[in-house]
Amino acid sequence: MASQPGQYKVRGALTELTLARIRELTREPEAVFWVFVFPIVLAGILSLAFRSRPPDPLPVGVAAGPQAAARMSALSSQSGLRPRLLSPEEASQALARGHVVVVIASDETPNYAYDPTQPDSRTALLLVDAALQRAAGRIDPFAATRAEVTEPGARYVDFLVPGLLGMNLMGTGMWGIGFSLVVARNGNLLKRLIAAPARRSQLLGAQLISRLLFLVPEAGALLGFAHFVLGVPLRGSLALLIAVSLLGALAFSGLGLLTAARPRTIEGVSGVMNLVMVPMWIFSGIFFSTERFSAGMQPFVQALPLTALNDALRSVMLEGVGLAPLLPDMALLAAWGFVSFLVALKIFRWQ
Amino acid sequence: MSALVCRNLTKRYGDVVALNDLSLDVRRGECFGMLGPNGAGKTTTVEIFEGLRQADSGEVEVLGERWKGDGLALRARLGIQLQETKFPEKLTVAEVLTLFRSFYPRGLSVAEALTLVSLDEKAGAQVRTLSGGQKQRLSLACALVGEPEMLFLDEPTTGLDPQSRRQTWDTVQAFKARGRTVLLTTHYMEEAAQLCDRVAVVDHGRVIALGTPRELIASLGAEHVVEFAVDGQGSMSDDEVRALPGVEHVAREDGVWRVTVREMHHAVPALLAALAARGLAPTELTTHHATLEDVFMSLTGRKLRDG
Repeated sequence: MASQPGQYKVRGALTELTLARIRELTREPEAVFWVFVFPIVLAGILSLAFRSRPPDPLPVGVAAGPQAAARMSALSSQSGLRPRLLSPEEASQALARGHVVVVIASDETPNYAYDPTQPDSRTALLLVDAALQRAAGRIDPFAATRAEVTEPGARYVDFLVPGLLGMNLMGTGMWGIGFSLVVARNGNLLKRLIAAPARRSQLLGAQLISRLLFLVPEAGALLGFAHFVLGVPLRGSLALLIAVSLLGALAFSGLGLLTAARPRTIEGVSGVMNLVMVPMWIFSGIFFSTERFSAGMQPFVQALPLTALNDALRSVMLEGVGLAPLLPDMALLAAWGFVSFLVALKIFRWQ
Repeated sequence: MSALVCRNLTKRYGDVVALNDLSLDVRRGECFGMLGPNGAGKTTTVEIFEGLRQADSGEVEVLGERWKGDGLALRARLGIQLQETKFPEKLTVAEVLTLFRSFYPRGLSVAEALTLVSLDEKAGAQVRTLSGGQKQRLSLACALVGEPEMLFLDEPTTGLDPQSRRQTWDTVQAFKARGRTVLLTTHYMEEAAQLCDRVAVVDHGRVIALGTPRELIASLGAEHVVEFAVDGQGSMSDDEVRALPGVEHVAREDGVWRVTVREMHHAVPALLAALAARGLAPTELTTHHATLEDVFMSLTGRKLRDG
């Protein structure tokens, strides 16, 4: 096939740089998997693993003895317990291995063996005691009524999805930008582009633009799956959710640029990336609430950009808050992005 | 008129002196070669010319301008090929060229640049599928697509097969035939002899000889090189060989003699007779026309490829 002049359209440098970046990404099947498919798979698996369902009855052991039969029947009629008849040796073994959470010894007056550090064990203890007391003739002074509340939005998966979105924005922002810059530096491509004469601002700008363009399908896929398949609510405005996601993507693009500003090798940049990201995987409330960390750690935890992003995403999706309460989180994200971008430009190694 | 002038360039990396007071002039319209072994400072020099590195001291002027800031306006007039560039593996040849074309205010069409390096057939192929020679030609096309006034090539054919090397030479010669300037570095003497109007022989960061390939070879004072080893009981000294008719220069390395001679038809019979008289028999006797390699050896006592 002979080439015709004019066969290839040449657009502006910024457009061509952005197009090149998008082509590179979309032609990399692994990248497509990790960016689009993986978060959905993860959300699906975790929602299955932690799905809301009637709680399992708690296994308790009854040591064989004169009272055993009566105790078995008393415990069987108590909902939430699954009693097993065991020899005294078996009973203490089963408790040690966690097969049962409470053991009722064969003594005439009940003696409960349990593990006070385990919530299940403490719950079972109360249920066992109530059942045996009632069987022995205790009359409850009143019968309280109960209301069960399992509202959508309070499930684990509802908590999880905004965290996964935040984690994904962090991962793709940092890897997407950091990796490609280091590969280009390592292969002399950055130097060649600079020599060619590409503008430095356009080189980095194209990275940011392609990152933001990718955000749309990436966040869209995860949120769409979460909303329509898992029933995760969106209580706040969609526009605000998009704004928060954009700000998060920019903040992590800035951090990606900063981590990739100096390293010459993939090994080098991987180390720095992990140094930056691992603390946020742990401390920024992806899988569990940041409130679990002690008060002394909170200033550190709350200063992390992913904490701010996850907080803001959860507030919009689960609580439906408006713009004003989000401003501190958004300001923190903007500051991270802005400062790391400036520092990256200052120390960037072009060759 | 000079396309490139540099005066007293010095560059150190720690204790290592990469450039030692190097000065050069490249004329408009000529192909100028920097010939030297690896580590001679060729790449450092060229990258200072290209505005990609800073010299510790000295001055550089390219096409009448000095490097300032990004130097975008000057860069738009230059074509720069680095020693090795890894283009994005998943982009096609035409896409890479389109990208580079977009940086220049004017230049060739992408199709013209493809034709220039005979890559038309590969326009739609991804970079990862190209051979080493094809990648190097793509790199050359990227340097030519802005229709530069001056082309910088750093080791343009290192590691290429003979056919790709010849194709590259043809492209460079066609560029020069249009009155443009080329500066290239190489450690292949054939390449310097084939392409360059003038050659600077560079070693340890300084120019140790400068001239046309013919002048440099003529500076040896002799046009032929005789190489031989000997077998036998007797011995013969360097001075005894040097005293033979027509011999200009004598060197010996690993038992192999290297004798530079003016008149082969006098020198070789005299040499054979002298050997026989001392009870020595020549083995592996070869002769060739003196080359730039011999110039380098007579100046430094080392071979180009040894670095």
